[in-house]
Amino acid sequence: MSKPVIATTSLAGCFGCHMSILDIDERILQLIELVEFNKSPVDDIKTFTKPVDIGIIEGGCCNSENVEVLKSFRKNCRILISLGECAIMGGLPALRNGIPVEECIHEAYIGGPTVQLNKDHILPNDDELPMLLDKVYPCHEIVKIDYFLPGCPPRADLIWDALVALITGDPMKLPYEVIKFD
Amino acid sequence: MSSLIKFKIDGAECMAEAGTFIVEAARQNGIYIPTLCNMPGVKPKGSCRICTVRINGRLMTSCTTPVADGMEIESNSNDIKELRKSIVELMFVSGNHFCPACEKSGNCELQALGYLYQMMVPRYPYDFPNRGVDASSPKIIKDQNRCIQCKRCIKSIKDEQGRSYFAFRNRGNHLEVVLDEELAATMTDETAELAMKNCPVGSILVKEKGFATPIGKRKFDHQPIGSDIRV
Repeated sequence: MSKPVIATTSLAGCFGCHMSILDIDERILQLIELVEFNKSPVDDIKTFTKPVDIGIIEGGCCNSENVEVLKSFRKNCRILISLGECAIMGGLPALRNGIPVEECIHEAYIGGPTVQLNKDHILPNDDELPMLLDKVYPCHEIVKIDYFLPGCPPRADLIWDALVALITGDPMKLPYEVIKFD
Repeated sequence: MSSLIKFKIDGAECMAEAGTFIVEAARQNGIYIPTLCNMPGVKPKGSCRICTVRINGRLMTSCTTPVADGMEIESNSNDIKELRKSIVELMFVSGNHFCPACEKSGNCELQALGYLYQMMVPRYPYDFPNRGVDASSPKIIKDQNRCIQCKRCIKSIKDEQGRSYFAFRNRGNHLEVVLDEELAATMTDETAELAMKNCPVGSILVKEKGFATPIGKRKFDHQPIGSDIRV
């Protein structure tokens, strides 16, 4: 039997959740025995090259590119996991929710106290740039998400236990100390 | 000799003085029933519903219902736990509860209930209301994003003349707990500390004192909420 295939991505996140994946320490050697990585920053594969069993999403959706990547993950992955607070509820990027986008952009590029070099008051307008969404969306408000692992970042033990449970089919242990929202 | 009566919680024999509210009677018998708007020393009002139990087939708030002789109370059944979990989830989506950036994280009762009921994601859509932060008073910060309007500060934080430092303003969806500007100017350090302690979430913060306890040593880092009550 071939190994289960895993893909990961970071949308509007800080890569802290990916750091926490690496935080499984020497179990990473077991992990590469158990699974094969496809599209992921871990191995730098940029596009899906085969159907994936488990897709892990870090970060919520703050722009059009995030939405596109998330939808391609839903299309290519059998199981999708929201990893961390940003994927689950928008997290710190969602602090801008409730404030109009125009105000946010003005603060960042024109009116903010540390903005000094933008004398011509240019706003980012290149066609190549993804469009900002009206607010930051939790992943499950864009596509169907199968599992949620909270934490900022989620504890390495939680990620490890979840992956092992998914791969082996055994029920997951959820000790008190692994479910945290910070 | 006062009158002790017998009752049952989830089948366990309990005893308490007649007239004791169920939450308190349960506590005296080493049984934890979660509370948020209720706290010892404050008149209960049964508004948050997290202490809901089933008595005679009816759901009631146990902070406002006194025990009666022979009463059979259902508190820890799966459907009641599920109901309480849904209440916690409603509170999370109706405010802006960014746990990673909150000074009260690890000591927050709402968060601790999320841990207790293993809330992985709320079943309701996030509201992301646009609410403000009032940092105008000398001692404390009032963050409306995190307020669950439990009224604990209004009822428990008063000056020596019995005047509340906090009050409700507006109605319905615009309701908020605000600080009395004039009174707040006279607030002592001790009162500010007490206000922060009595707030079940991170809505009342003492200024210049965030993140005082390191991760791993906070109240709910290792022990679930209610561990001090359960026998």
